[in-house]
Amino acid sequence: MSRTMFEKIWSRHVVAEGPGGQALLYVDRHLLHEGSTHALARLERKGRPVRRPEACLATADHYVSTEPGAVVPTEPGAGEIANPEIRAMVADLDRHTRRLGITFFGRGEPRQGIVHVIGPEQGATQPGITLMCGDSHTATHGAFGALACGIGSTEVEHVLATQCLWQRRPEVMRITVTGTRPFGVMAKDVILAIIARIGAGGGVGHAIEYAGPVIRAMSMDERMTVCNMSIEAGGRAGMVAPDETTFAYLEGRPLAPRGDMWPRALAFWKTVPSDADAVYDHEITLDAAELAPTVTWGTSPQDALPITGRVPDPSAVGDPARRASMERALAYMALTPGAPLAGTVVSRVFIGSCTNSRLEDLRAAAAVAKGRRAAVPAWVVPGSGQIKRAAEAEGLDRVFTDAGFEWREPGCSMCVGMNGDTAASGERVASTSNRNFEGRQGQGARTHLMSPAMAAAAAITGRLTDVRTLGR
Amino acid sequence: MEPFTRLTAVAAAMDLPNIDTDRVIPARFLRKPREAGFGPLLFHDVRFDADGAPKPDFVLNHPGYRDAKILVTAENFGCGSSREMAVWALMDYGIRVVIGPSFGDIFFENCFKNGALAVVLPADVAAGLRRALAERPGATLTVDLEAQTVTGPAGEAFRFEIDAFRKHGLLTGQDEVEMTLAQLPAIEAFEARRRDEMPWLG
Repeated sequence: MSRTMFEKIWSRHVVAEGPGGQALLYVDRHLLHEGSTHALARLERKGRPVRRPEACLATADHYVSTEPGAVVPTEPGAGEIANPEIRAMVADLDRHTRRLGITFFGRGEPRQGIVHVIGPEQGATQPGITLMCGDSHTATHGAFGALACGIGSTEVEHVLATQCLWQRRPEVMRITVTGTRPFGVMAKDVILAIIARIGAGGGVGHAIEYAGPVIRAMSMDERMTVCNMSIEAGGRAGMVAPDETTFAYLEGRPLAPRGDMWPRALAFWKTVPSDADAVYDHEITLDAAELAPTVTWGTSPQDALPITGRVPDPSAVGDPARRASMERALAYMALTPGAPLAGTVVSRVFIGSCTNSRLEDLRAAAAVAKGRRAAVPAWVVPGSGQIKRAAEAEGLDRVFTDAGFEWREPGCSMCVGMNGDTAASGERVASTSNRNFEGRQGQGARTHLMSPAMAAAAAITGRLTDVRTLGR
Repeated sequence: MEPFTRLTAVAAAMDLPNIDTDRVIPARFLRKPREAGFGPLLFHDVRFDADGAPKPDFVLNHPGYRDAKILVTAENFGCGSSREMAVWALMDYGIRVVIGPSFGDIFFENCFKNGALAVVLPADVAAGLRRALAERPGATLTVDLEAQTVTGPAGEAFRFEIDAFRKHGLLTGQDEVEMTLAQLPAIEAFEARRRDEMPWLG
């Protein structure tokens, strides 16, 4: 019987069936960050052991300082965040991982970085596995053909104690992107267009498989950007079938299979993709030829339009609930219906986050910044120490600093602002992150989501700008 | 976990779709220890102004809804971040039941893991309940988990579906880790098989 990639991975990981259609799934890899300390502390209080510490990988990302120089302290205490609660989040994760023998990339560790960047980078993320993390952007890892889900704190505790998780089987949606991407259209534009199409709740209760020639032609960095934002459409998981691009990325990574394990793993990985005649619960098709560089105008990632568009007019919308929601969003964003999106003045730019902080993202932003000058404060926050060093080896840091951008240390930074990296109330941020929710980047801050190239263009002009008009 | 069986209480309605967990509890509060209590932080930035005074236009600040223990929401409530503190904040405030046409998947799961009941009702039924509650501040709903019904202010009962696993968990307040560890032989057998089939995973 033909099966989808999701069904293959799911059925291989069922340990036991429970009542109500729930299954006890085995978890191959468990990623942890400072937010996981609540679960680690409960486990400690209850005196419960961690079932498989070697299946865990922890990093400090949400609460670390991204101040330039912060991760290589020149003197004791340097680069540490003054707020004792923020400092304690990192210190607690350090203590728990030591206590439990879990690998931890903390402050100053060269492999430290954003949890959804370092998992793939280290080769911990592999095709055909289940991977859980107490963070909603865990779908990122599905780019490798893994079943990767974001979970809550109680579920983190459950995985630590049992290496398993009770899950209700989601439905499977295939989103096929046909054609070829026009000039200037990045992976971020593809996923923003998908979310605008199916809505912020369009993927609720579903695992999403991204397919078609546009996805197939994407690099791993690009596939990760697409899968990363699955949750912004409500998706439980986002996946891309593994192929030669995936295998080439993984070969030689520290935690990838080595020696005689490599051909065995490879043979298995080739069986992971969906069968040609597999049937999906829902099918969506998008033509890439219709896509353009995209920005959000509202306070949900579904509020996305081509940069050539205008701020939508709520009064033209029939559904009263949608109208009220749009009116509230436009009031928060201080935008006028009918105004062109391009030209909207921005206060600052953020290039980073688990969506867009990888080497290719930084290259795309640098290509726009090169030889130009930022008109507003612009931060570049690489996704990991490894990416930071690779970018520096290519001279990207110099491109950015010469253009007046600030080259910072790795972390989640202004995507979520938990470490104190926030925008001020009323500031308008051109951001490569994943959420434009009210208050997401700081109380009262206004976020426009876009690709790294578009964010760099906004930095140069100080306005939302169609990167295609800047030329080479 | 405190079991849940049946609740009759004041209910408040929130009409906006896609209320994300950042709005339920802003990120800057997530570093607080569980014991600190998250009730005062619930919906903080839409509930209080910059000086900490309650905003009169926010539903839970209305005298009729202040003691609400049930929330009736619109589509995709609890979307976005996986932060379980969104449920802790609801629970600490006193809200034990959230009713709506759909929920963010992670938020939905987090409810059940903490002894809160998330009830999915058809969009038109949820909208009807929200209208009725808006017209009569202080009106109560009754939620009966055993019978799987929500009874509206006018006495009309609506049946809801819930899977047997989640229902049993809420009714008994069971410790899920204990329940899973009872499956230890199956977990060990799975691990042995996995070591043979996928030895590269360790």
